[in-house]
Amino acid sequence: MSNHKQIKSVSRRDFLRYTSVTGGVFVLGAVLPSFSPVWANAATANDASNTLNLFVSIDDDSTVNIVCHRSEMGQGVRTGIPQIVADELCADWSKVNVVQGLADEAYGSQNTDGSRSIRRFYTTMREMGATARAMLEQAAAQKWAVPVADVFAENGMIVHKASGKALSFGELASAAGQITPPAIKDLTFKSPEQFKLIGKPVTSVDLSDVLTGNTTFGQDIKLDDMLYASIERCPVVGGSVKTFNKDAPLKVANVLAVVEMPKQSLPVLFKNLNGVAVLASNTWSALQGRQALDVSWDLGANQTHDSEAYLTELKQRIVTKGKPFRQIGDAYKAYESSEQSLEATYTLPYLVHAPMEPPAATAVFKDGYCEVWACTQTPQSTQQNVAGALGIDKSKVKVNVTLLGGGFGRKSKPDFSVEAAVLAQKTGKPVKVVWSREDEIRHGYYHAISAQHFQAGIDANNKVTSWLQRTAFPSISWTFTGTTDEPQNNELSLGFGDLPFDIDNLSCETHKAPAHVRIGWMRSVSNIQHGFAIGSFVDELAEKVGVSTAQMWLTLIGDDRIVDPKPEGFDYANYGEPDGAFPIETKRLKNVLNELMGKSGADQPTADNEGWGISVHRSFVSYVAVATKVKVENNKVSVLEMHSVIDAGRVINPDRVKSQQEGAMIFGLSIALMSEITLKEGAIEQSNFHDYNVLRMHQSPKIVTHIIESTEAPGGVGEPGVPPVAASVVNAIYHASKTRIRALPVSKHFTV
Amino acid sequence: MIRFNLNNKAVEVDVDPNMPLLWVLRDILNMTGTKFGCGMAQCGACTVHLDGQPIRSCVMPLSAIADKNVDTIEGLSTDASHPVQQAWLEHNVPQCGYCQSGQIMSAVALLNEHPNPDDETIDNYMQGNICRCGTYPRIKAAIKTAAKNNRSAFDYSLAKDVGAHV
Repeated sequence: MSNHKQIKSVSRRDFLRYTSVTGGVFVLGAVLPSFSPVWANAATANDASNTLNLFVSIDDDSTVNIVCHRSEMGQGVRTGIPQIVADELCADWSKVNVVQGLADEAYGSQNTDGSRSIRRFYTTMREMGATARAMLEQAAAQKWAVPVADVFAENGMIVHKASGKALSFGELASAAGQITPPAIKDLTFKSPEQFKLIGKPVTSVDLSDVLTGNTTFGQDIKLDDMLYASIERCPVVGGSVKTFNKDAPLKVANVLAVVEMPKQSLPVLFKNLNGVAVLASNTWSALQGRQALDVSWDLGANQTHDSEAYLTELKQRIVTKGKPFRQIGDAYKAYESSEQSLEATYTLPYLVHAPMEPPAATAVFKDGYCEVWACTQTPQSTQQNVAGALGIDKSKVKVNVTLLGGGFGRKSKPDFSVEAAVLAQKTGKPVKVVWSREDEIRHGYYHAISAQHFQAGIDANNKVTSWLQRTAFPSISWTFTGTTDEPQNNELSLGFGDLPFDIDNLSCETHKAPAHVRIGWMRSVSNIQHGFAIGSFVDELAEKVGVSTAQMWLTLIGDDRIVDPKPEGFDYANYGEPDGAFPIETKRLKNVLNELMGKSGADQPTADNEGWGISVHRSFVSYVAVATKVKVENNKVSVLEMHSVIDAGRVINPDRVKSQQEGAMIFGLSIALMSEITLKEGAIEQSNFHDYNVLRMHQSPKIVTHIIESTEAPGGVGEPGVPPVAASVVNAIYHASKTRIRALPVSKHFTV
Repeated sequence: MIRFNLNNKAVEVDVDPNMPLLWVLRDILNMTGTKFGCGMAQCGACTVHLDGQPIRSCVMPLSAIADKNVDTIEGLSTDASHPVQQAWLEHNVPQCGYCQSGQIMSAVALLNEHPNPDDETIDNYMQGNICRCGTYPRIKAAIKTAAKNNRSAFDYSLAKDVGAHV
């Protein structure tokens, strides 16, 4: 266990402040070290802090309140985090009450992205549970006047070994609260064999409420006297309002106000977009009033952006020598002198998140204070950006985190909360900003359009001796700088510069790619395009030299070793982990691939028009291999079945890991098969689910998930399943039909 | 003033008759179990039953439901005891949960119409309900479990959904 933290008692008043509920008698807090976020730049630097983190409190009636300070969006964190605490605490799970933490830097990072809730908090959660247990044991020992070694905790009770007498946590809570927390070095922890909750498929704490419709998502918030706002935003990023009809919307029944949003300029950050809000006493009236606005726009410089022409330019640029950032040997020289060679260029379109719940936020501004309710992945960034927009100190902004109807990265941008806060300040009333689906599709933070180019030189013995790879896409950093025009280190660290191959001559390069829309992170981020391109090229290489794709992977990966790209010139970010933690282990990568081949049947023959495709990828410090079987018939691709193997280290809740893998396969299938955002004259062409396609039930195959049993530290789970999917799909299509798809989505080439 | 039965209780609302039922439920009647996903009958998150038939409430004007019977997720059971809810529980179906009210209401209607649906019937009936988290395999499994588990309970559910309003 780590020794760089302190745990201290927290007062009832503080517990109230951090959670907005009445705290129990016995409250604990931990001091966490600061972590560098995955996106270590100005926009999220605020989520690294070094103060109070997580809290346990126990009521007199033995209710154990455990704070979840991270956002629930379907990944199961409101169950997983408390599972860890409760296990070390030896709590009675039926008495655990999960409390959603408010935004507070005291918690350390609450930014629920980067697949890191369990990865970053597993150890701390165990310490929290163990500390609380030690204090309860101490309290019981004092009460009975026996040595603490003679008592133990079990299922919400402290038991005296010799006599068998027992006291409940509730009976001991008050006395335990008076005890000085032990030092972390003095804590005792369960051995893995003693775990009762960790590693078990505990049912989600919100399940029953979901099934009865008794849940509160961001869209569900309602306050007294609240106005519902719908905002017409400029179709082109950087454009602004010229004129609009302020009177016509007010003639629509129940429309109460029309407000022009504050005019903003680049960088876009998390500011509101330029536009006009219509506020009404219900959502429908606001939407109706908005149609009467008749806004004319000054569209600005980005109105010339055409995604098709842009991608053509990227494809032309990517085949030329780029800016190298990681090199071994001389890849160009080796390529020129190679016996055989292969080259290929891969492209992906812009993508948007499309969570089932469009963004929504509610705000009240009163007496210089603002309170927000939002489906946010990032409560502290919400707090800071709202404070900035209102010109008040962030200590005067309270952020309540609702359930999230999906997030996938969209809701780690607090722009929609900023909109609500601004309108609450301007109107003096509670305001809920409701994003329509059209708003969500057309005004997102898009996954970047991209091109990747690969060249391999092969010697007479079919050995790959030279590997050149280039990537170009508009950077997320542009969103924060307004000027960045090429991929950044953090993005190149996502499945590209960390290429784990044993190649004598390697050159990893980038090219320029200016941004014209808000660019953001989406589930597995740049691993999407990099996993697709590398996984496709390995399959093409295997075909070229006449070996199986699995064998080509194993040969390229090479011997068991740790891959460290740093000596080769690349300042690899490794998902924000400190040096030495979670290294790139080729053994684990090969293991998930070998397990996949053993369990999926992907090496078995198929019918003529059917085929298997595989790929494997490490991301968020976990390892995933995927096999997909497709049928190609009458120019139509049907996905028949998918298998995935994940090594995410120790797993807290295997059922939620399985469900994340299932979801990742389906999210990946949408990307591979059908999703595409295009722009003409600077504006998004798609608007709703009829033209932004995502996978539906009849396109969803049989899915089998295998989880590697591991005692390694927990890695990421939410995202790592996505990157290998698209490559496995196009590879399967190739093996079924001999048609190689290098430009996603598949729907450009086949019916899906 | 338009009257209809909501989960077996008479209600009256005085709003624009063109307002879709979804917003009547959510904004006027504070029944937020029914969710907004797309506003154009593309995603199924807003699915409710109108006289026992599944409809997308986001495109159903209030005027069209006058004197009719509307059932929402809140009317299925308050304790998750309905056989479809029980099957959902058994398979741990939801992830984020946002689409699940609509999924469950579609599944109840499916099973009322096809007590023992095969894969193709499930695919056809459920393809209007999008789940972005990707719970489709579990939804399919849960529908089959519900079909298998409790035929007698379904007969009861059928009576409740279709017959009890008459």
